[in-house]
Amino acid sequence: MSDIVLDGVGKKFPDGAVAVSDVDLEIADGEFVILVGPSGCGKSTTLNMIAGLEDITSGELRIAGERVNEKAPKDRDIAMVFQSYALYPHMTVRENMEFPLRLAKVDRATINSKVEEAAGVLDLTQHLDRKPANLSGGQRQRVAMGRAIVRSPKAFLMDEPLSNLDAKLRVQMRTEVSRLQRRLGTTTVYVTHDQTEAMTLGDRVVVMRGGVVQQVGAPQHLYDHPVNLFVAGFIGSPSMNFLPGTVENGELSTALGRLPLAGRLRRALEAANSPREVILGIRPEHFEDAALVEEHKRAAGGVFPAQVDVLESMGSDKYAYFSLDGDRASSAELEELAADAGTADLGSNGSQITTRLSAASSAAEGEEIDIWFDAEQVQVFDPSSGRNLTA
Amino acid sequence: MAIVDTPARRAGWSVLNTVVIVYALVPVLWITSLSFKTTTTVTDGNFIPREWTVANYQGIFATSEFTRALVNSIGIALIATTLAVVIGTMAAYAIARLTFPGKKLLVGVSLLIAMFPQVSLVSPLFEIERAIRLFDTWPGLILPYITFSLPLAIYILSAFFREIPWELEKAAKMDGATPAQAFRSVIVPLAAPGVFTTAILVFIFCWNDFLFAISLTSTEASRTVPAAISNFTGSSQFEEPTGSIAAAAVVITIPIIVFVLLFQRRIVAGLTSGAVKG
Repeated sequence: MSDIVLDGVGKKFPDGAVAVSDVDLEIADGEFVILVGPSGCGKSTTLNMIAGLEDITSGELRIAGERVNEKAPKDRDIAMVFQSYALYPHMTVRENMEFPLRLAKVDRATINSKVEEAAGVLDLTQHLDRKPANLSGGQRQRVAMGRAIVRSPKAFLMDEPLSNLDAKLRVQMRTEVSRLQRRLGTTTVYVTHDQTEAMTLGDRVVVMRGGVVQQVGAPQHLYDHPVNLFVAGFIGSPSMNFLPGTVENGELSTALGRLPLAGRLRRALEAANSPREVILGIRPEHFEDAALVEEHKRAAGGVFPAQVDVLESMGSDKYAYFSLDGDRASSAELEELAADAGTADLGSNGSQITTRLSAASSAAEGEEIDIWFDAEQVQVFDPSSGRNLTA
Repeated sequence: MAIVDTPARRAGWSVLNTVVIVYALVPVLWITSLSFKTTTTVTDGNFIPREWTVANYQGIFATSEFTRALVNSIGIALIATTLAVVIGTMAAYAIARLTFPGKKLLVGVSLLIAMFPQVSLVSPLFEIERAIRLFDTWPGLILPYITFSLPLAIYILSAFFREIPWELEKAAKMDGATPAQAFRSVIVPLAAPGVFTTAILVFIFCWNDFLFAISLTSTEASRTVPAAISNFTGSSQFEEPTGSIAAAAVVITIPIIVFVLLFQRRIVAGLTSGAVKG
């Protein structure tokens, strides 16, 4: 059993700045948990606290049921893969992988067999006598993994291990990491700022913002039921569309037209005692070319005419971009997301809408078409607190 | 604007390089030439000696005055260099990596020592060393050498330590190393070019020093070569010992050349390449 329990774990710097506050998380034995969030959200600090590289200022960290707050990293029996790989440049691949075993005073024969085994798994056998400088990025990454797995630790910690690889290799290594983790069945905590990695790798995803855990759950659950604007905007690519809306007279009026409040939406908004001004969230795939929507489904949504700004055909789908008149949805959380994505200063008026239409759509750039959206899938958020009123 | 490699530019550089090399080498060759001249031709002004002789070399090695000084020089310089590099490595590591109260003060004071006019310390040091019986002993020279070369050593080494990615140490910690093990098996090997550079500079400083050597020694027990050379006398009082001095100067240049040639292979930049990406 090597579960990891964070019980109200927090980190406060001597100058009073709070990096991480009150994280409660139970990571089961063999589970693959992803910490995700924009830069500066405290995910790396949390990982370093689990590793023992940073002090925990409040709360308790237990690994396999034992309090380890005061233990040095070397006594916690966990291995870490760093973003920069942190390979020892003066040692060969073999020496790099042996290093933890030699420090643990394992006998020579065991060291050799363990290194050979790990090298076999990671396809590094023919590179064992080379120096890291002579390896490609992907190979270095595998050496870093190898150094972590040789001593069969209680847990792996990975700090953005794939972010230095180019796009194609990253996808390949992502599957590799996933396969390796399944094969070894070792508890893994993985930090990333890439929501795609978070969605594809983890058993559970922890979304963090400003040192506070926003939501913990299976990737699909986070995607379908985000608790607030931040999670909704962070998870998913392309990200969710946000529009301001007004609730009045049993209707929801937005730049996409008026939507009668019925069924699910009405119940949810009433139960949540919703404010008058709200923010609507609709994912790109919940739009469709109105001409392609069957008659009986049409009624379950709204249709609006719009001019296609840009059309990107992916073969399997078409991404159509529109701009809508009227105000942009504004909230602190959305601004933070925009700042993180680097789009905060793209001074556009009105709302930008990204839609994913089926390949059969006849949409063309510059032309006006009717777009249908699925009202069943619309999420409604409170602009002041960011809370999802429909979750 | 791109720098274009025109023939004119290349010629300009060649001329400049030649001037620099000639400027640096002529005095060395001149003193070598002097060391091979006989007493009668020493002042004839010829660059290439008319009459070649090795009498000057035989002369300086004939008595213990020079050979004993050579032993002193080598011993004192090596011990001082080793100690300064070991202490400097530890101090520089602390300065580069740790935060502790008084760190800025420490760096400031060490720089102050480096800038302090050494000549003003000679008289007090003389008095102190005589009082505590360090005068005219090896430690009597080794101690001030360490003091005055440490600031330089700390300065160079801390620059090297700062270049080493901190993540390597974190990785070593995660791999189960104690701080001492991480320092020994990861940091020191990577800082090797810095360590060797520092060692060469400190060695040259100790080897070349004349001020302390002449003031804090009085006998062959600890007199180093620069001080010994200044005590050379001619065979009669009307004869300048120019030939012997030149020969001694050539001899004491050799260890420096050997030292630099030996270690220059180790002073290669980019030893840390491959630690991190790209």
